[in-house]
This record gives sequence, structure tokens and C-alpha cells, in this order.
Amino acid sequence: MSAAERPAGALASVPAAPRDRYGSLPAAVRAARERGELLVQPRMGFSDPARMRAGLLATRAARGATVGTLTLDSYTRVGDVAAAARALATGVPLNGYPITSHALDITRGVLDRVAGPGFPVQVRHGSPLPESIFRTLTALGLDATEGGPVSYCLPYGRVPLRRAVDSWARSCDRLARAADEGGEPHLESFGGCMLGQLCPPSLLVALTVLEAAFFVQHGLRSVSVSFAQQTNAAQDAEALLALRRLARQFLPGVDWHVVVYTYMGVYPRTPGGAALLLSRAAELAASGAERLIVKTPAEAYRIPTVDENVAALELAAAAARAARPLGPGDVSDTGVYVEARALIEAVLDLDPDIGTALVRAFAAGYLDVPYCLHADNRGAARATLDAEGRLRWSSVGAMPIAHLADLDRAALPTSSGLLAALTYVQRTCDADAAAPAPSLPLEGARL
Amino acid sequence: MKRPRGGRSPGAGSRSTGPARGSVLLSSVSSDAHTWNLVFLQLLLEENGYDVVNLGACVPDELLLAEARAHAPDVIVISSVNGHGRADGRRLIGALRADPMLRGVPAVIGGKLGVAGADDAADAELLDAGFAAVFPDSPDTGPFLHLVDTVCTARRAARAAVPVARTGHGVIPSRFGNGLLPAYAADAS
Repeated sequence: MSAAERPAGALASVPAAPRDRYGSLPAAVRAARERGELLVQPRMGFSDPARMRAGLLATRAARGATVGTLTLDSYTRVGDVAAAARALATGVPLNGYPITSHALDITRGVLDRVAGPGFPVQVRHGSPLPESIFRTLTALGLDATEGGPVSYCLPYGRVPLRRAVDSWARSCDRLARAADEGGEPHLESFGGCMLGQLCPPSLLVALTVLEAAFFVQHGLRSVSVSFAQQTNAAQDAEALLALRRLARQFLPGVDWHVVVYTYMGVYPRTPGGAALLLSRAAELAASGAERLIVKTPAEAYRIPTVDENVAALELAAAAARAARPLGPGDVSDTGVYVEARALIEAVLDLDPDIGTALVRAFAAGYLDVPYCLHADNRGAARATLDAEGRLRWSSVGAMPIAHLADLDRAALPTSSGLLAALTYVQRTCDADAAAPAPSLPLEGARL
Repeated sequence: MKRPRGGRSPGAGSRSTGPARGSVLLSSVSSDAHTWNLVFLQLLLEENGYDVVNLGACVPDELLLAEARAHAPDVIVISSVNGHGRADGRRLIGALRADPMLRGVPAVIGGKLGVAGADDAADAELLDAGFAAVFPDSPDTGPFLHLVDTVCTARRAARAAVPVARTGHGVIPSRFGNGLLPAYAADAS
């Protein structure tokens, strides 16, 4: 029987690991902030424990302030414990670390004397129903993970939103209890990603703030809000400032920080284009985030190697160190803040329970993710790119921002227009990297 | 499980007015969470005059069969980009061809179907198992649209004549070697 199949009582009998044994993510953020450094973190996961441990060791040794990652495999994400166990038994490599199928002692062997004060390890997964994952990671003494009831439900499957909200509420309660034992549990909202592409920044910002507020309502006292690099550097910088301002307003009294995801859409084909995009993400993160999740050029085709991850971490850390701080007037206000604030307030007004408010908001179309096919998403909102690569609404559906949004009504998508928008970053980064511009890549994203 | 909302178009409603050229049931396979490929194909098919029911991501076989019985489409289009498409597709086509109501409905599959790229032998197995065509990942949508047109035209003609059940095998080429379903996967996990 795997760890995930055991009833909770069986795990409760496992001796509690001393808290902080595997490091504290909030403490690492505070330390990096004091040093003026950006934390950089891979999306790394291997099913083989020895390889996973080697990956963590290499992450820790990389030049830069790093955080370790256990990225779980897709069978574990969807709760197919039997398939993960079958793969382990037959030696078939998975696309991540099956934390609920490996024995707890195996995972302790991966983490011991690698994770610790100064090098926390976060579990990244993608599960809409994460209770068994949370049960396992808290039993191990790990207390940093990520996701969210909306961001891990709507984009990736068919689990009803209400079910995901209830599962995440129970999971948050469990993770928050780690604080009773002296730990500092941390939960990151993945809400700043949502399909990776073609979601205007105001909705991304609103969703991640709402998910973080949901986490806080369920007992978390340390959270992070996220933003995935999009298609226009100036618009991204504006979104990050709006996100910080809204986090201050809607997450009072808790520890919070901002994490940036390197572009999550169709990736550049050339090594130069990929490096340029990663450098731009690091500059964006240096302008208003504490942590950056990197990507490797290989990720679009296969699981990246440890060395590729280390190279990406070091490139990002160097680009962040070299980034020029934003000055007053560097970022213009095109309305990301007021749109996001209007969305957040409209949702919070629906119900004092944020989970219920989120479910009602999607049912009413107050939140509506463009191109999301999930049955609980209304599907009336549309977005596109303008000539400068800025994300623009072409329809806001029933979202309460029609009076605020600068609509580009003429730009409802065609199939060829959609393909062009989805590949815009790939094309522009590959072209920019090939252009003979001596200041590239680090000057590529100046506003 | 809520009824999938196939009626909603992601696009500008740019398809030509007048009666549809045919009806398409569009779906991923059970293990695949990607959806940009499905959004693109829905737009493409609607622009070309077809009615589309889009079932979205991670569609269990039994749900796909139930929706196919309910909508009675002219053709079933399966698109998958996560590398499990061959395994999932083989199982699915077996279920479709074993269903008395659906065995006459042609089904095609395309995308990034394996983890190791193109595999002609594996594609041939999918054809043997009952798919009417297998499309590799490519930006050229012409062969795919041509096949959908051929199938829909043939089924309309069949309905207009004697209502005889017929399989897709008789009305379409046994193999389309160079067509493809574009497979743009926002890798967002």
C-alpha cells in the first residue's frame, strides 16, 4: 500500500519530523530580501530518488540564491496512484517525483542533508484535489507548496470547481496546522498563470490575490502571489506593480511575497531566443518580485536535465543582478490595477466565504478565463494581442469591468490569428536574439 | 458531470451563414489536459462552415461515447499533444468501433501522439484499429480539412439516399501521410 492510500491515521502515527528540518521558504525570502537578491527556483522533478537528490544538490550549489523544487509527476497530480506505482515497479521513468508513491523514508533520503535552513524545498504539483499530496508532504515535515482551487482546476481538467474548492480548503487547513508544531507553512497561488497565454494581466492579478486570500481564510499566515511573464515587458512591469499594491491591500497582517514565472506559453525555438526570454523574466522579477521560477530551452520538448536547470538558474540570477532598478515614470498606468481591483471586490462581495464567492463568481461570469474550456468557466471572454504585443480584451463577457477595459472589439480571434498570438513570443524572441544588437540580451526588455 | 458546452464558439463567429457543412465532435483523450489545440481546431472548423461540439480536456472514454451518441456527429476528431495519444487513442477507437450506434461514425486522430515523435508503424496500427486517418503534428491544415469535407459530404449523400449504415473506411483514403493537426501546447503545468 502506498503512502497516499493509507488512511490519515496511519500517517499520524509516523513520528513528527522536527519543523525547519527541511528549511523555511519564508525565512529564505526574508534573507534574500535583506541581501537584495532574487531567489531563483527550477521546475525540476525526476521519479528516481537518486536523480532527484542529485538535482536538489545541484540546485543548491548553483551560483545564485536558490530554492529547491520537488515537481511531481502527472499521474500523482491526477491522483492515479496505481499508475505511478506501476511505473515505479517497472522502472518506467515518470515526468516528475511521485511523492505519494515513494515510501516516506525514500523521500527523507532524498531530502536529508540537502534541504535545510537556507535551502528550503517546495513541492510543485498541479493537482485540483491535492489532499493526499498535502497529507504526505506534511508527514514528511515539508511545509511549502503551491497551486490553488481555481488555478489547478479550471485549466487542466474536468473536476467541478466546487469540489476543488472544498478539497483545497481541507488541504489548507492541514498545511496551516504545521504552524502548531513551530513551522512556518507557506502556500503559493498559481493564479498568475491560467492557461499560460492570452489571459490579460488584470484577471491574472485578481485571481492570484483571491486565491491567496482564500489560503489566508483557511489559516495560512505566509503566502505568495504569482504572475507569469506575458507578451509585453512594459505591461508585465505594470502588472507586477499592481499585484504588489493589491497584495498589500487584500492580504493585511500576513507574510507575503511575489513570484514570477518565466513565460509559460509556446517557447522560443533557438537557444538564443530562450535565453533572451529568460533574461527578460529575470529583469521583470528584479523589478518587483522576490522569487523567479525559471524555464529551460529544453522544456518545450522533453524533461530538462539537471545541468540544463542549473544553467537556467545561473543565467537568471546573473540577469537579475545586472538589472537596472525601475525608476519613477518607468511604468505607465494602462488600467491593470483598477480592473484587477474591480474584479477582486466584485468577487469578495458575493459571499464572506471566499471559496463560495469564487464558485459564484465563475457561475455568474464575474470571473471568466478566455479560451478556458472547463464547464464551470462561462467562456464569453476573449483576449488578443495588439501590434505592440500587449494583451487586450476583445470581449469581457459578464465581468464587471466593461466600463474600465480598453476593448479591442475588432480583434475577435480567427484560427490563424489565434496561432499568431500563441506564437508571438516565440517569433519575437527568436528574431530579437538573431538580430545584431550588441546590448542583448540584458538590455532587451527596457521599458 | 456538467454537459460540455459545445455551442459556444471561441471565435468571431466568422463562419459562413447558411446551413452547416457538417457536424464535428471534437475532443482530447482521457489523460491529456492540453486545450489550446482544441480551441484552435474549433475555430478552424467553424470558419470552414462546420458545427463543432468541443468536449475539452481529459475526456474519459465513456463521456466521449455518451456525447457522440447524443450529438450524432458526422465525424469525430481526436486531438492530443501529451505523448499518450497513441495508447489512449487505441483504447478509445476500440470502444467507438464496438458501439452499435457509433461504429459507422468516422473518427480521425492527430497531434503529438507519442513521446518520441513520428512513428509510421504506430500510425498504421491506429488505422488498423479503426481510425479513418492519422495526422501528424504539422502547420498544414489542408489535408485535415479535405478529409473532414470528404467525410461530411459522403455522409450527407448517404443520408439523402437510402439510410444505410456505412463506415468511414469506404469513403475516405486509408491514410493521410502528410497532414496534421497543429498542436500548440501551452506547457503550463
